[in-house]
Amino acid sequence: MLSKLKNYKFWFVFTPYFWLVAFFFIPLAIILKISFSVSEWGMPPYKDILEINNSGDFILNITSGNYAFIFSDFFYLKSYLNSLSLAFTSTLICLIIGYPIAFYVAKSKPKIRNLLLILLIIPFWTSFLLRVYAWKVLLQGNGILNLMLIKLGFISEPLSLLYNHYAVILGVVYTYLPFMILPLYGYLVKFDLRLIDAANDLGSRKINTFFKVILPLSLPGIIAGCMLVFIPVVGEFVIPELLGGSDKLYFGKIIWDEFFVNRDWPVASALAMSGILFLIVPIVIFQMSYSKYNFKNE
Amino acid sequence: MKDSFLYIENVSKSFDDVKALDNVSLAINKSELFSLLGSSGCGKSTLLRIIAGFEKPDSGKIFLDGEDITDLPAYKRPLNIMFQSYALFPHLNVSNNIAFGLKEDRLDKKEIENRTSEIINLLELKGLEKRKIDEISGGQQQRVALARCLVKKPKLLLLDEPLAALDKKLRIQTQFELVNLQYKLGITFIIVTHDQEEAMSLSDRMAIMQEGSILQIGNPVEVYEKPNNEYIAKFIGTANIINIQKHQTKNNFFLSSELGIEIESSENKLSSKCLIRPEKINITKSTMDKKINQENSCKGIVKEVAYLGSYTKYLIQSKSYQFYVFQTNNFISENLNIKWDDVVDCSWNKEAIFLL
Repeated sequence: MLSKLKNYKFWFVFTPYFWLVAFFFIPLAIILKISFSVSEWGMPPYKDILEINNSGDFILNITSGNYAFIFSDFFYLKSYLNSLSLAFTSTLICLIIGYPIAFYVAKSKPKIRNLLLILLIIPFWTSFLLRVYAWKVLLQGNGILNLMLIKLGFISEPLSLLYNHYAVILGVVYTYLPFMILPLYGYLVKFDLRLIDAANDLGSRKINTFFKVILPLSLPGIIAGCMLVFIPVVGEFVIPELLGGSDKLYFGKIIWDEFFVNRDWPVASALAMSGILFLIVPIVIFQMSYSKYNFKNE
Repeated sequence: MKDSFLYIENVSKSFDDVKALDNVSLAINKSELFSLLGSSGCGKSTLLRIIAGFEKPDSGKIFLDGEDITDLPAYKRPLNIMFQSYALFPHLNVSNNIAFGLKEDRLDKKEIENRTSEIINLLELKGLEKRKIDEISGGQQQRVALARCLVKKPKLLLLDEPLAALDKKLRIQTQFELVNLQYKLGITFIIVTHDQEEAMSLSDRMAIMQEGSILQIGNPVEVYEKPNNEYIAKFIGTANIINIQKHQTKNNFFLSSELGIEIESSENKLSSKCLIRPEKINITKSTMDKKINQENSCKGIVKEVAYLGSYTKYLIQSKSYQFYVFQTNNFISENLNIKWDDVVDCSWNKEAIFLL
């Protein structure tokens, strides 16, 4: 009986770890391996790292050339910077739009609150691709938006709203807004409204109360929301593919092209690995310094 | 009335269709420790929030120290409130919590430091300055909340159920500390509480509220001995309410009941009920030979006995009435022999009867 219980507990605790190893670490290790291998024509389109030739010698096919190549070509760095700037801009916009919404939802009466939360989650019931396509329809030359602006007499010719980086930002903000709102809501709903009264009573105007009490106390929610938006947007390639034009190239799309258009898996893998490295290192440093700051200040 | 320190004039407030305050007027003197007492939903907290400036009254005015503060926003009012939950800022340490209000007033650094350390000494919070709020005890949190208000030297301090979150022992100790502090600083205190014992022991004067109105204002003795109505009589302490009939002999009015209450009534009073507090009734074991005085006494049967150490509670049944008798256990041990179902003689002075 006891051993059974132990077994049950073991599975309960370690299932997530198995999942993580099977579907995250092993694929990541494979990508890492490919990123150091030599490209060739064939299937798969790269040489095995360890080969035994006809005379029975071991041959090690390892190269750092893929990395050297992507770092030597400014094109890749530029696409990465484009993606970072897209992620930064859209995270900021999501925060500015999402914070008041999260605050409003968190502070409304429980009945209305649940309704509002459902409204926030409803878009997830439709395919993400479909929702991005919908924007295509809305924004195109003879789309609703253009037609409306023409009918109202603001413009005479349809604007080209689609296929530029503004359309990409719009699509990203639209798609990722709930990922900002939900963690913010999670922190704000726990916020004790009497703290606002208390600050007010102690001589604090509304704006000061926001910056000195509400904002510091919702900082963990802000950070969680920003992470949830920023990190996936850096690698986002579907939205730029559907709504973006040739004015800006994004990192996710470059990786996709290297994999499926150029069929250069080693370079694509090297790009993916560098992307992860550049993203993870700053985040880990930030997390560590933030938890230190938290420890000292709270 | 307008020259009183705090004057609340005909204040009304409704939430949706529920009247929280119905034309309330109240005058509070300087340096007074005043309690607003009532059960939950009586409007006492709404009144406090209106004084603090968190709610706007639908009608009526509020004057503090001769100044009309009705339209003054909360952050400009020269008063502070201590919340029941304390509402301390969890992201600030003890000394930053206390200094918060002074920083908001943009006082210079030196003065903020001086005043903060002064109040930290006064409230015995030394050594806790750098602690987080969740690292100190409930009693310490209560003192930080108090310090955060007092450091601003308010003209008026509002306390919302200040002792409700403390355990019983600490509550009694803190009660005395609060009274001493109020006496020492001379700041006017308004305390909101639902605990009648707390209100009695703390206040100079108190107001009893029910359904958005003030039923009675007075000092604890007046409220206990001379309640305005049956509700107050029952709300404060234990009350024996007895129906009385009025009758006339020659040119005098008499009020009496089947319980043997007999008092002369000089005017034509309309009272149909009277109050006798349980501690004002004497009981002794009934003895066959002892003749009892007809007036203001009765025979009864003991239904319940509860020995509480310093006194004993008896529930007595007499005719159609059940009433309480509290007898102090001051070394007169004969009462201790009174048991269930014993027949007892009850008696009281005429002065113990208060007509409602």
